[in-house]
Amino acid sequence: MLAQQIINGLSLGGVYALFALGFTLVFGVLNVINLAHGAIFMIGAYAALYAVLVFHFSLLPAIFVAALVTGVAGWILDKLIFAPLRARRAPHLAPMIATIGVSICLASIIEGYFGSENLRFPLDTLPSSTLSLASAQVNWLDVNIIGLALLLMGGMLWVIRHSSTGRALRALAESPKAAALLGVNVGELFGATSVIASILGGVSGVLIALYTNSVFPHMGQPMLHKGIAVVIIGGMGDVRGALIGGFFLGFAEVLTIAYIGSNMRDAVAFGLLFSVLLLRPAGLFGQAPQRRA
Amino acid sequence: MEWLDSFWSTYSTLVLSTGTNVLLALSIYVTLACGLLSVANAGFMAIGAYSAVLLTLHTVTPLPLALMVGAIAAAMVALLIGVPTLRLSGVYLAMATLAFGEVVRILILNAEDVTGGALGLNGIPQLVGVFEVITSVAVALYVFLRLAHSRIGRTITAISQDEIATELMGLNVRAYKLVCFVIGAALAGLAGALNAHFTFFISPNEYGFERAVEILAMGVIGGVSSPWGAVLGGTLITALPELLRGMGRYRPLINGVILIMIILYSPKGLWDGLQTLLRRVRP
Amino acid sequence: MLRLSALSKNFDGLRVLDNLDLTIPSRGVFGLIGPNGAGKTTVFNLITGLLAPSSGSIEFSGERLNGLPPFMITRRGIARTFQNIRLFKEMTAEENVLVAMGEHPQYGVLKALVPGAYRRAEDSERMAVRALLSRVGLSAKAHQRAGFLSYGEQRRLELARALATRPKLLLLDEPAAGMNAAEKQELGEEIEKLAASGLSILLIEHDMRFVMKICAEIAVLSFGRWIAQGGPVEISAHPKVIEAYLGNNAREN
Repeated sequence: MLAQQIINGLSLGGVYALFALGFTLVFGVLNVINLAHGAIFMIGAYAALYAVLVFHFSLLPAIFVAALVTGVAGWILDKLIFAPLRARRAPHLAPMIATIGVSICLASIIEGYFGSENLRFPLDTLPSSTLSLASAQVNWLDVNIIGLALLLMGGMLWVIRHSSTGRALRALAESPKAAALLGVNVGELFGATSVIASILGGVSGVLIALYTNSVFPHMGQPMLHKGIAVVIIGGMGDVRGALIGGFFLGFAEVLTIAYIGSNMRDAVAFGLLFSVLLLRPAGLFGQAPQRRA
Repeated sequence: MEWLDSFWSTYSTLVLSTGTNVLLALSIYVTLACGLLSVANAGFMAIGAYSAVLLTLHTVTPLPLALMVGAIAAAMVALLIGVPTLRLSGVYLAMATLAFGEVVRILILNAEDVTGGALGLNGIPQLVGVFEVITSVAVALYVFLRLAHSRIGRTITAISQDEIATELMGLNVRAYKLVCFVIGAALAGLAGALNAHFTFFISPNEYGFERAVEILAMGVIGGVSSPWGAVLGGTLITALPELLRGMGRYRPLINGVILIMIILYSPKGLWDGLQTLLRRVRP
Repeated sequence: MLRLSALSKNFDGLRVLDNLDLTIPSRGVFGLIGPNGAGKTTVFNLITGLLAPSSGSIEFSGERLNGLPPFMITRRGIARTFQNIRLFKEMTAEENVLVAMGEHPQYGVLKALVPGAYRRAEDSERMAVRALLSRVGLSAKAHQRAGFLSYGEQRRLELARALATRPKLLLLDEPAAGMNAAEKQELGEEIEKLAASGLSILLIEHDMRFVMKICAEIAVLSFGRWIAQGGPVEISAHPKVIEAYLGNNAREN
């Protein structure tokens, strides 16, 4: 029983962490609260579903399709919305409002094409075998979800910590002006951040679609709320915080459902969130810039 | 006069919701004007609505008193959370306040005994009409327009431009920001209390994330250079879905596109954009 | 009047100011010079409360300033200008100075709500603002937006704005930067006039000729420590000062 809960916590937490990682990346580097991240997540799920249903792709190539589609979406998002607003030195919240517009548009387009009903992946595309682990029967699907989430997170962390792009990204998050002086191509890097963040969002969309086996146009909304909760708990704009916060929320939810009751699921998560807000508004790991010179 | 009656029966709710939306837009205008990116107003609206409704539903409280309690309850909570959260600046504050709104919604959802949980509260007496709404909007607008040009308005503009320089002019920036935050909350609470008393029914989901973001959209689209911007933003966001009624299933799509266009082409808000346009026309 | 005792400041373990003692008299112009990165602006930020000292104390007219929020320190009578000008750019010159009159137009929220009432209350304040603007030669620009003024005009507006807080001690951070010779001449005269009227002035400046001409006393900061203090003649001949400046130049070249 507990082993099963741990597996559930790991897979749900992994998906949350992946989603929050993309969200926090855009927040930290572009200084934008990207409310379209939930819609991109939903697009990822639909892209994979389309690849499976129409082109009869198997799961892994379908995930690649989702990554490709959402990556392109991230690029368009930057070129069409973020870049022009940066150029115009728009007030802080302007890009956030624009991403609401994007989110509404994407959900409405998908609803127009696929309809508003709940779609599923065909059963034969999902791995059905189980794996005996300790005393528990572990579903291969969960193992795949955890593996893929960990792989992507590890890759991202490696890029941020050790590559020259990662150094440039950190410089950019610190101060765009300073980064430009260091010879970083700021515009290009902002675009790249949006692409990477969207891919992370898109893939997490496919994973949650597999985990819950349902795909619907407004699936991004509840996820966006959770992304915000994760980012606050972990620390705003902090990559490590997003990962820890993601797993934390995943486990908190799974354990609450198992031992307290499913109706208390959100209450626990947000009770935690509220205490963090009051006691440490910058998050458990974050160091949000506070007032003062 | 028959057409007036039929017009009224169709559009009276629209007029009422335009009024409360303008109040909400003004509530976020106060915080945006001093550079606070707060998105907590849906939460404050909920607090105002529930505390007023619990009074009128279970006791014989007169409406004005219930409205006042709604506004004051929201203000008290703002005072409580304002002290820790206003230390955050910029988008960090936006994020924290967005989460606060969600916390309020979840709390209401789970306090079933008092709030009715997800089912909400039904059978709220219809005490609010056009008079109450228009009066509230007129008073709030008058106060803001007057203050905008006074010493207080000047200080708030200064804070939005450079907090540190303002502080070093001997002005208590933290206090000003806290007061703006609390007044914004009181106004949102009032709007919530008013709104609840003409909709018959309230439930926590009306005050969630979407509402928070809608209020913010009204503020940003109208712009913060003048209280009139809030009037414009509130009216437009209320009217837009009505105007697009003929568009059928593409209504949300067009709604979204218009939102994006306004932000892209008039990032400082429509009121500001309008005035730039007027200056260009009249050399 | 202003006394720094054993004042130190660390940034991330790096000691930027090391055990500084300094007493500034209640009248006259006091110069604070030193090579780039010596920590001069940090001294200003500590005095005005924007930064908290790591150790040591700051006293003003016998009162300890440590721990007071910046606005309280300003109200005690310390005003400053900034190295990188920080005007309210979207506001007019007049409004910039009006903001700095602080809570002085004595009227509350209620009076602000009655048409015309607060205007009358502000009349005397506006007169004072006009006087300050004409003092720095900006009368004609009262209704121009601060952001549209020339660089020299912006520096002068910042001075007028600082004066509007009615300071006893004025901290000027490179007030002559970016000014031409004629403007510097005028500024020098204005500073001397202010000092003569009973104000104490602490001045950071890179233009040595300017400093030597108007300062009665000068302290030299290098790598967070005092290396010399004295009158202009003494300072300009001080071997350590010459070394600090020459050494710095040699490194830059």
